[in-house]
Amino acid sequence: MLEVTDLRITYGKHVALDGASISVGAGEMVAILGANGAGKSSLLGAVGGRVRPASGQVTYKGRDLLRLPQHALVEEGIALVPEGRGIFPGLSVAENLDLGARPRRAKARAGAIREQVFTLFPKLAERRAQIAGTMSGGEQQMVAIGRALMSAPDLLLLDEPSLGLAPIVVQEVFAALARIRASGLTIMIVEQNARATLALADRAYLIEAGRITGSGPADTLRTDPAVVRAFLGGAAVAES
Amino acid sequence: MKIALSLAALVALALAPFGVSDYGLGLLIGAVTYVTLASGWAVFSGHTRYVSLATVAFYGTGAYTVAVLNEAMPYWLVLIVAGLIGAAIALVVGLSTLRLAGVYFVIFTFGLSELVRQLITWYEVNVTGTLGRYIFLDVSAREIYWQMLALGAATIALTAWIQRHRLGLALRVIGDDEVVAAHSGIPLARTKLTAFVLSATILTLAGAIASPRWVYVEPSIVFNPTVSFLTVIMALLGGANRLWGPVLGAVPLFLAFEWLSARFPDTYPIFLGLLFILVVFALPDGILAGLERLKTRKTEDRA
Repeated sequence: MLEVTDLRITYGKHVALDGASISVGAGEMVAILGANGAGKSSLLGAVGGRVRPASGQVTYKGRDLLRLPQHALVEEGIALVPEGRGIFPGLSVAENLDLGARPRRAKARAGAIREQVFTLFPKLAERRAQIAGTMSGGEQQMVAIGRALMSAPDLLLLDEPSLGLAPIVVQEVFAALARIRASGLTIMIVEQNARATLALADRAYLIEAGRITGSGPADTLRTDPAVVRAFLGGAAVAES
Repeated sequence: MKIALSLAALVALALAPFGVSDYGLGLLIGAVTYVTLASGWAVFSGHTRYVSLATVAFYGTGAYTVAVLNEAMPYWLVLIVAGLIGAAIALVVGLSTLRLAGVYFVIFTFGLSELVRQLITWYEVNVTGTLGRYIFLDVSAREIYWQMLALGAATIALTAWIQRHRLGLALRVIGDDEVVAAHSGIPLARTKLTAFVLSATILTLAGAIASPRWVYVEPSIVFNPTVSFLTVIMALLGGANRLWGPVLGAVPLFLAFEWLSARFPDTYPIFLGLLFILVVFALPDGILAGLERLKTRKTEDRA
């Protein structure tokens, strides 16, 4: 469904991504794992239209994404939850969700999708009138994911959804992601929390210093000694 | 009810020139001019939080348009041309710069005012061989006041309409988070450009309407950067994202500076600076938001 070919991204002289190729099939959940500054977010940024690559291709359902302006992606069925809280802090929860439902295909079904989002995050239903900026970090992340789901996407892009959240809240967010994944939505996720992500994803790419250094099914990667050493905190995890 | 009250206030203000001295009328014109500038500035900057220091670039352009064209065509046509020139400049400038964010945009807009001033100075010195023009127009102070009052009222009405319209929601959302706004399907460039052009047209018209008061204009007078700074402080003091915020900031500050500049002509920019710092630190969202906070705190205390 999504094909990224030989993508190269530079910021001035700094090369953030040096010829990365990945593919995401329909219904798959694919994780991009790597350390800070490895180029994960640049890769996701290029797919989401935030970053213009120096060269390479991004095609989605056969269409060239790089030719589309950023605001047109949501009409194509792509929803991004950016790093940090991707919400409108000055608006209420309900307004945030309504703004997510701008694309034509989503507007007609907005009521039904909102119910799904509320089932997924019951807290949002209770707090629909609250100004989103006054909520806790985890609740704001739920609003952000809810807003993205409101556009009835085919592909959900998640940029570090657990960043800066308390461990117990991270669990809550991943539990929600598991349910979203079970609904059959295609997901591309960039995360530092490799353990939780590998438990959920179908496949993963490992990215180091701007290059893809490994890939494979999540189950295999979870027990791969090199991956365990680099991403899962060494022996302590291998035992468990 | 609110509309009726606003209209009654407008009528009272329109009748005000009959009851005041020439000096009083001068104050009225000044206050209404700054209300218009601050409200016009807020049309773009209020919700998007893009702080523009280009106010005087447009204000001065309006005044200069009148100075150049006032003998060539009737006054009402000059005003229309001035508005169109302001819109055209905003369109060109906006297309090339609205990608800038944060402090880069602020610096750019400040530079723009200087650029326009230097360009006109260069042109006048090298091409026309003069540096200064006279505006001999048969427009009375009262007529200027009424025109400015009408522009100010129209600006506030426009702001009220925008806030209810989807454009207002789009601007608010862009001010909150541009990336999320774009990914909700809001065309950033088009939305920002629309508001920027509307705002610039108002600012240019304000300069054109105010210009006959000067009689003599030259670039250093009409492109005085203090106008840009005052406009920003006024809008922020009242609350730039509120309908009546700029009005609430502009009137007291204009009167305060009128008094200060008469009493301390050399040192009053110091007060301007101090006030700027005070507003940013003590009332970052403006008086109106501050009052609301106070009110909610009181009700919470009681509960």
